Amino acid sequence: MTHSPALTHERPASPPLPKRRTSPTKRKQRLAAYLFLLPFFVVFLTMLVVPLVYAGYLSLFQSKLIGGDVFAGLANYVRALTDSAFLGSLGRVGLFFIIQVPIMLGLALFLALALDSARARGSKAVRLLIFMPYAVPAVVATLMWGYLYGPDFGPIGQVARAVGLGTPDFLSAQSVLGSMMNIVTWEFVGYNMIIMYAALRSIPAELYEAAEIDGAGQFRLAWSIKIPAIRPAIMLTVIFSVIGSFQLFAEPSLLNSIAPAAITPAFTPNYYAYNLAFINQELNYAAAIAFLLGLVIAVVSYFVQLAGERRERVPLTEKGAES
Amino acid sequence: MALVTGAVSIGVLLTGCTPGAGDDSSQEAVTQEDIDTAMTTPTKLTFWTWVPDIENEVKLFEEKYPDIDVTVENVGQGLPHYQKLRSAIEAGEGAPDVTQVEYQYIPSFVLNDSLLDLTPYGADDLSGDYVDWAWNQVSPDDAVWAIPQDVGPMGNLYRQDILSQAGITEPPATWEEYAAAAKTVKDSTGSYISNLGATQAGQMIGFFWQAGVKPFAYDGKETVSVNVNSDEAKKVATYWTELIQQDLISTDVDFADQWYQGLASGKYAGWLTAAWGPIFLQGTAEGTAGAWRAAPLPQWTAGDEVSGNWGGSSDAVLASSENKIAAYELAKFINHDEESAMRLATEQFLFPPQVSVLEDPAFVDQESAFYGGQKVNQLFADISQTVDTDFQWVPYMDYVYSTYEDTIGTVITDKGDIAAALDTWQDQLVKYAEDQGFTVE
Repeated sequence: MTHSPALTHERPASPPLPKRRTSPTKRKQRLAAYLFLLPFFVVFLTMLVVPLVYAGYLSLFQSKLIGGDVFAGLANYVRALTDSAFLGSLGRVGLFFIIQVPIMLGLALFLALALDSARARGSKAVRLLIFMPYAVPAVVATLMWGYLYGPDFGPIGQVARAVGLGTPDFLSAQSVLGSMMNIVTWEFVGYNMIIMYAALRSIPAELYEAAEIDGAGQFRLAWSIKIPAIRPAIMLTVIFSVIGSFQLFAEPSLLNSIAPAAITPAFTPNYYAYNLAFINQELNYAAAIAFLLGLVIAVVSYFVQLAGERRERVPLTEKGAES
Repeated sequence: MALVTGAVSIGVLLTGCTPGAGDDSSQEAVTQEDIDTAMTTPTKLTFWTWVPDIENEVKLFEEKYPDIDVTVENVGQGLPHYQKLRSAIEAGEGAPDVTQVEYQYIPSFVLNDSLLDLTPYGADDLSGDYVDWAWNQVSPDDAVWAIPQDVGPMGNLYRQDILSQAGITEPPATWEEYAAAAKTVKDSTGSYISNLGATQAGQMIGFFWQAGVKPFAYDGKETVSVNVNSDEAKKVATYWTELIQQDLISTDVDFADQWYQGLASGKYAGWLTAAWGPIFLQGTAEGTAGAWRAAPLPQWTAGDEVSGNWGGSSDAVLASSENKIAAYELAKFINHDEESAMRLATEQFLFPPQVSVLEDPAFVDQESAFYGGQKVNQLFADISQTVDTDFQWVPYMDYVYSTYEDTIGTVITDKGDIAAALDTWQDQLVKYAEDQGFTVE
């Protein structure tokens, strides 16, 4: 992808392209292409762009139970930026992202490498087992964990008591974020593992042979060949995780029925927007919150990607210096 | 009264801006002739409710009026139901003709003129057929917004075996005795005398109701009053704070696994609940059949007989209905026809607000083996007479409940000072009301 400077120098500056008339067959082909794209664009426009614009439009109003809709300009956004509940929820998912995502992706990478090294016996079954939680609906998963976390009847609590550790409270206001990280890790480690594993399988075997001839062991192989080779796949899982953590919704909304005192209405930004819209009946403010959340996700994703790319460039320049 | 003029003028005001809702017919009384015509014209009605098997009662209605065809739809219980209802009202189509509404949510639908005033349809005549306080819930002023379906006057369900093990033979008559009993029970058996659902606003508001607290008021127009941190309310809150801090009352979240286990295992020796509680408990704690008894709530003043209410709902007709007469007749029939009301009480176990059922031996004389042969229905029928008749709500109870979880629920869980948390709650409720354009008194 990256052109070496030498190449661009050799190429003579190309004269501006003369305007070409497209031949009838070409034009027909182009028309067909647009026709094939049309259904997508129709759906894209009606199902995504229009609602998005509408939500943006809504976010500029204030609707009151008494008095109805009033144009409010950016008042909703100003309110959001000074709303400690919203900022707190952003901080919470930020913390979630910083702690949970490295653990989950590290675990996924380790598992993918282990499976790929073909050392583990019965790897097919193991692969399936690790992936299985992803197939369990979030509703069932949360209910199941709600049972496991239960202080009196939950198996974890019972074992802890039997060993004399006292009853751990997984569902208190202080610990529920950690409990949620655990649930999400359990749910999505298999999913991320599959993405990485699939990428690992597509690495050409010659590279391994070459490395083995050079005397590289399994760890060296993993560190110097496999991980760099699947960097795009890892970046993909990171971006997915950014979006996933900032949009956390199902887990808090389900845990709310088990630990309502610990899960506040503004536990995560998405959950807050939902509560604003459907409990507080502040649809317009909820739209503003949703927009801001989208913005935050875009910015964080951008920076994460930027950081990934920069790291990718570093080894290249080093190599250039060596040769 | 100011309340009355308020309700009338909002009706007039809003007809201008909501087409189809509250049209001219709302002013003039409907004649018997109109009713006969409506009930013999082939009509389709939609009825949103989450009462299980209500089709049985609807069938009785359809047998009486063969030309009316009723479709029963369950769009969710509680919150999801109201969300869909609001969306349908907002959208201007897809709303049912008749809908179930819990009492505390009626004002939120009166606010935007979504409910039909049933007075011109003859609902006024029904007022004497329901217990007073239940009627006041659907008709806080001249208008009648719904027909009461079931209620939840509060009482005390307790484990006689655990209490007598602790040497308590009579259920505590006052809250003071209750606190003392709580200590005895905890010390001698290890059980909590009962559980206060940490996030259960309904239960706490029921206690407020009993204590004569008037936390909310709404004039049907633009004025609300919020008073959740009054001295009386703080008295109730402090009472529970002390019991919780001495570890005499548990604060598990109710209607959750932990709590079901607690009821079945004897972790709690009682449950301060509503009239729908006895049957509910029977299904939850089967293993403890025969050990339970029912009694009135403990009283603040010895010798008093006062109770509060927790739960219950009504059936309302939407102002947007195109078949208002038939819709009203359906709402009325389901909750007024003797056979239908009786079946609701004895088959669906909805605790009746209808005087006829409350006086019917077939209902009140039932002996319940789960409660050692006690006539539980009779007890709650008597309690129902003692519920304070003048209790109101604000038109944004969803918000009230959700902030309760946030402000009070967390404090209860952390064994903090509930009375102090009431101030926070009050501030939030007032601020919300002001932000929404209400006048707060």
